[in-house]
Amino acid sequence: MKKTNKTVLSAVVSGVIAATMACGAQAATDGQVKLGVLADMGGTYADICGKGCVTATKMAIEDFGGNVLDKPIEIVSADSQLKPDIASAIARKWVEDQGVDAIGGLVSSAVSGAVSKVNADTKNITLISGSASNTFTTKTCNPYNVHWTYNVVALANGTVKPMVQAGKKKWFFITADYSFGHALEGMASKVINENGGEVLGHVRAPLGTTDFSSYILQAQASGADVVALANAGNDTVNALKAASEFGLTEQMDVAGLLVFTPNAQAMDPASAGGMRLTSGFYWDMDKETRDWSKRFEQRHGEIPSMIHAGVYSVTTHYLNAVKAAGTDESDVVMKKMKEMKPNDFFARNATLRPDGRMVHDMLYVEIKKQEERKDKNDIYKIIKVISGDEAYSPMQPQCNFS
Amino acid sequence: MNNMKINLFLLALALIAPTVLYPVFLAKVLCFALFACAFNLLLGFAGLLSFGHAAFLGTGGYVTGYLMVNSGLTPELAIIVGTLAGALLGAVFGKLAVKREGIYFAMVTLALAQLVFFFYLQAPFTNGEDGLQGVPRGALFGLIDLSDNLVMYYFVLTIFIAGYWLINRTVHSPFGQVLKAIRENEDRATSLGYDVNQYKWLAFVISAALAALAGSTKTLVFELASLTDVHWHMSGEVILMTLVGGVGTIFGPVLGAGFIVTMQNYLSGGELGNYIHIIMGAVFVVCVLSFRSGIVGQLMKFKRNNF
Amino acid sequence: MASLFDINLFALFGQLLVGLINGSFYALLSLGLAIIFGLLKIINFAQGAMYMLGAFVALLALKFMGVNYWFALILVPLTVGLVGVLMERFLIRPIANEDHLYSLLLTFGLALIIQGSFTHMFGSSGLSYAVPEALKGGTKLPFMYLPNYRAWIIIVSVIVCAGTWWMIEKTNLGAYLRAGTENPQLMQAFGINVPLIVTLTFGFGVALAGFAGVMAAPVYSVSPDMGSNILIVVFAIVVIGGMGSIGGAIITGLGMGVVEGLTKYFYPEASNTVIFLVMVIVLLLKPAGLFGKEA
Repeated sequence: MKKTNKTVLSAVVSGVIAATMACGAQAATDGQVKLGVLADMGGTYADICGKGCVTATKMAIEDFGGNVLDKPIEIVSADSQLKPDIASAIARKWVEDQGVDAIGGLVSSAVSGAVSKVNADTKNITLISGSASNTFTTKTCNPYNVHWTYNVVALANGTVKPMVQAGKKKWFFITADYSFGHALEGMASKVINENGGEVLGHVRAPLGTTDFSSYILQAQASGADVVALANAGNDTVNALKAASEFGLTEQMDVAGLLVFTPNAQAMDPASAGGMRLTSGFYWDMDKETRDWSKRFEQRHGEIPSMIHAGVYSVTTHYLNAVKAAGTDESDVVMKKMKEMKPNDFFARNATLRPDGRMVHDMLYVEIKKQEERKDKNDIYKIIKVISGDEAYSPMQPQCNFS
Repeated sequence: MNNMKINLFLLALALIAPTVLYPVFLAKVLCFALFACAFNLLLGFAGLLSFGHAAFLGTGGYVTGYLMVNSGLTPELAIIVGTLAGALLGAVFGKLAVKREGIYFAMVTLALAQLVFFFYLQAPFTNGEDGLQGVPRGALFGLIDLSDNLVMYYFVLTIFIAGYWLINRTVHSPFGQVLKAIRENEDRATSLGYDVNQYKWLAFVISAALAALAGSTKTLVFELASLTDVHWHMSGEVILMTLVGGVGTIFGPVLGAGFIVTMQNYLSGGELGNYIHIIMGAVFVVCVLSFRSGIVGQLMKFKRNNF
Repeated sequence: MASLFDINLFALFGQLLVGLINGSFYALLSLGLAIIFGLLKIINFAQGAMYMLGAFVALLALKFMGVNYWFALILVPLTVGLVGVLMERFLIRPIANEDHLYSLLLTFGLALIIQGSFTHMFGSSGLSYAVPEALKGGTKLPFMYLPNYRAWIIIVSVIVCAGTWWMIEKTNLGAYLRAGTENPQLMQAFGINVPLIVTLTFGFGVALAGFAGVMAAPVYSVSPDMGSNILIVVFAIVVIGGMGSIGGAIITGLGMGVVEGLTKYFYPEASNTVIFLVMVIVLLLKPAGLFGKEA
């Protein structure tokens, strides 16, 4: 019996030694570019950045030629389930165990924040396309964040400012009760106050509320000119539905501060028609966007949301930078990315600022009424193009990583 | 003696595992294994089905995380405080819950845990949905840097073994025997002069403390505490882990936790990602319909007392 | 805004009414659960999935077969009930003699499968289902604008709940049902087909969820996760009402809707949690629930 124990013990000891020896963490600067796509495969945002984000990344890689630095570009993808803990764990596994260089997709600010934290520690690049919060280039900025597509500042400036200036002074907010909703409400309130408007009140609805009727009643009782929906996805669709049901849409304006194309499609044109909003992209803008969107639609089955297009654009820009830099070493690639001007069907008049914010033309659009629509994909008409400098706030000095 | 050999073999396996597998993944398995074992102490050995154990896991995690971010305590102290916080919460909840039986016990714990969830959702220090991010792992006793994953893993392994040993001791102690007697026949235990509720309460507190210990450790491993850990889904998950592994067996929950975590880990990446819920659901249906053999006996005992 | 003298009474009435409408759904769903648990001792975690299924069947029937809302009100509960019957016969019956935990786990697994499949097929953005022509528009009350469809929800739900209660508590059929589940051997000896009764009861309980799904389709967006969101709340309601008490489930469902409505007025962030607070208090003071019998 004793002998067996001894054998086991020696096995244990040799195991420990072997383990300690194997522990040298491999660096990601191996000349092999590997991209991770973290998306929401089955949750509230699956239509906005789920499988579509993986498809968009694959398209970017294929259009790039499939190779960079003489090696085929690899891609891994996973479901964040919109949970920061899962996202953080996957990101850690990817960069520490599987040699992933950059992580993209990233819908939901909580998920992006978690991934950005891991990547900042391990010096890997975070290509945020799906999140709205502006924290990644302000409070929690770091040299490895790249924030594409849009953010709360652009949404507030784009949607709220013209309405206040047109005389809609009194506002009431129905806000999703989590950090993104709070950030959006805060930013929009700031814009309202700066332009001489006033915020009469707000009500915070838990994330994933299906019945907005009580909140709509409170908004109705407020006497505001505009009821702003500081939420996203199904929350916006449901809130608007209740608003039209209770006759709110006939008394006041409803402003959806963040509306993605699949959500706009899900809204009843009778109540949503005429609503104006800000988007980073619309598939039917011109020939370039149409060409790409048609290709995307063939593979994915649906027209692209702004996040899908943003994912394609940021992936392409990243790969171009790796090629130009001749290495996948994060610091060098980041420097190159910020030097080079992003320019494709998505990124118009675009620059990637030293803080990691990609500033580009935004679109101020109106949801078409039923009689204006040719088919189910014909949902927006473009009112005007908002220049990037007008839409985004200036860089904060502490986030200047040039 | 045979047991001893098996335990040593498993220990050896745990020690060399990180050479083959990713240490953070292994550490996660161990954290959940400890959580499931703590839960099983209550379900398997005292016959109490708690549907609110996430509250303790989460409390441990948030308290430890908060201390690591804000107080500059060393990790072992932060873990101890987190564990005590869980024990304290467990003492309060236990007082309220042990008077109830069966499904009502489960529902009281669920409701209390929902209140705890609401607290963490609204309390400013948790950052709500974003979670408490960027928790430093710190240096053990101020000396050993835990930022290396392998070092972290062996630290977690040590904690797990300590927790596992404690549960083992509890189960085989006179106290554990009384618990089993209560599980088998509460009236008889009462008539023998045991203060049944007092025993249940103590078991509840130990279980809560160990669940919090698992949560504290998990927060250090992932450098993050989040609402997932306090959500009722987590309370459901730990039941599943325990049931899959085998209720009332000491090692069962460890296997169950390993199985579930591995499955989630495997499914969350790759092509099967879209099917994660369907596959999880199918596993449970199959388990319940045809894979009960290992656990039925325990459950029958449990049944006689509770329903 | 909410100091005592400052309360806008009209707004408060509005909230109460809206609460009552939500309560109608709670009542329908918890009634189904209470029947299944009270009579069969099965903890059906798939009740939320069946509610979702009801809404989807209505939506798909309209889209592909042109079945309108009024037919859907009959067709959908039958379809969902049939699913329930199959589920009971082939999945739940084999484990009928095992611990209740198993039925909970099994139905939980089924709920995951159903919800996962629908997410896979239809995505997670909500789909919309139009309010039937005859119920469009609304009535202007002194304190609020009440959409006709919402008024319809309250009326129908109260009728269905009361009818179900009457059938189970006051008719011969109900008596057989209660006797058959309470003492199966004896009833079997009287020549009553108890397994059939069990299957049909399960089917009926599930059909109620399907019915609630059709009722909900025009007001809430039809999405795969609509059931899981509401399930745990409905469970809490059944417990507060007293597990197995049919009347208790109905009254508590309506009551909790109102409590939730009030919370949404005074402290909206807590509206998802208030029911659990009530549950803790009730269980501590009255362990068997408000209308349950002490064991």
